[in-house]
Amino acid sequence: MASLGELERAVMDLLWAGHEAATANTLRDLLAQNTRAENGAAGHEGKDLAVTTVLTVLSRLERKGLVERERGTRPHRYQAVSSREDHTAELMHEVLGSAPDREAVLARFIGSVTDTEAETLRKLLGLN
Amino acid sequence: MFWTSWFLAVLAIALAWPVPILLSRAQWPARSPFTAMLLWQTIALAGGLSMIGAMLVYGLEPVGDNLLAGLRSLAGMVFNNAPTTALGFWHIFALSAAALLTAHLVFTLLLTYYKIQRQRRRHRELLALLASPSADGPQTMVINVDSPVAYCLPGGARSVTVLSDGLMAALEPDELRAVLNHENAHLDQRHHLLLWAFAAWRQALPWLPTTRLSQEAVSSLIEMLADDVALKTGSRAALIKAIAIVASGSPGASGARMAFGEPELSDVESGQPGATGGAGSARTTASRVSRLLSPQPPLPEAARAAVLAACVLLLAVPTALLIVPGLLG
Repeated sequence: MASLGELERAVMDLLWAGHEAATANTLRDLLAQNTRAENGAAGHEGKDLAVTTVLTVLSRLERKGLVERERGTRPHRYQAVSSREDHTAELMHEVLGSAPDREAVLARFIGSVTDTEAETLRKLLGLN
Repeated sequence: MFWTSWFLAVLAIALAWPVPILLSRAQWPARSPFTAMLLWQTIALAGGLSMIGAMLVYGLEPVGDNLLAGLRSLAGMVFNNAPTTALGFWHIFALSAAALLTAHLVFTLLLTYYKIQRQRRRHRELLALLASPSADGPQTMVINVDSPVAYCLPGGARSVTVLSDGLMAALEPDELRAVLNHENAHLDQRHHLLLWAFAAWRQALPWLPTTRLSQEAVSSLIEMLADDVALKTGSRAALIKAIAIVASGSPGASGARMAFGEPELSDVESGQPGATGGAGSARTTASRVSRLLSPQPPLPEAARAAVLAACVLLLAVPTALLIVPGLLG
């Protein structure tokens, strides 16, 4: 059985790939399909995944602000709040930004470099 | 009591203004970054101690011969409604200022800690979904970004080093090893705690020259310390090449940020590079590279011992002035 973390990742991958809102049932079926594909014809583990588990994973993701559900319909349909690219950009914004209190959150190998400095370094190495 | 408070006030002013400016202009910190780091920490601690101590000692002068006796009488006034007539307006003003400043420093430290932890948690959650573990093990993750980026996200046992696809493609194995050793040195030496303390110090008193200068110096010194660790196991050439490739490939300013759709950020920051943290880290990169290209010998033993002795004195003298008279009396 996959861990909750792995399931969160698998569910987000499905939501990001699908572009459309999906119900927990649909997601369960898709996850089961993927597991069967990975384990070959003999695998039955996919069927062991309960809808309640998928709902648990979805509510964890919702708490983290990564998925939202359409409340009008029953059963609820879930979709990703932002695309994978937007989230990557959010991370890189945090990494490349240079506000003083951001420096304490993570340590970059290289801070921001001015264009002229980058040019000097390139020349120094005979890159280009 | 009177002279103690004046001495502490003079010390506080010296540590808030001329001393950090002189130290930030000195050349020797690049030669012995560890010693310089200790000195910056001492300046911050001794500065805060003498600032608060001076106000406390001045405010308590009428009610006690020394700090401890003064605090005891003050406690009597606050908790037992003893008469406060001995304290004049300026004494009460100084005592309130000391109390407010202490509360402000502690509160800012905690608030900064909370904000940093929250940002790190969010960052880790997203990494768990977006990045994949590298061949090196779960401590290193690879994220699908084209520009060469490397950083570490501290978090005790959950600390990770993150590398971008672009970085993996651009660097040779020994250069990549140098980057990883550099980042692991940050984690091993708990540099994030220093960054946190000095970020909070700056956040609390942004108008004080020492807080900005010390934060910039500390950010730059930890990079030198991490470089020195990377040099122990890898070649100098590999580290320099890695720095140069990452620096020239991550178009710090315009390129990367435009690519991530944040024109407003690059407008602000590339517009006035002198005013933002970007300039500080640009200087950092330049000084890192120049000290790697033309290595200077570390400070002589005697000079380092002198700096250490100065650190001890800077902390011991105000502490002794505050506490010893009370213990003797």
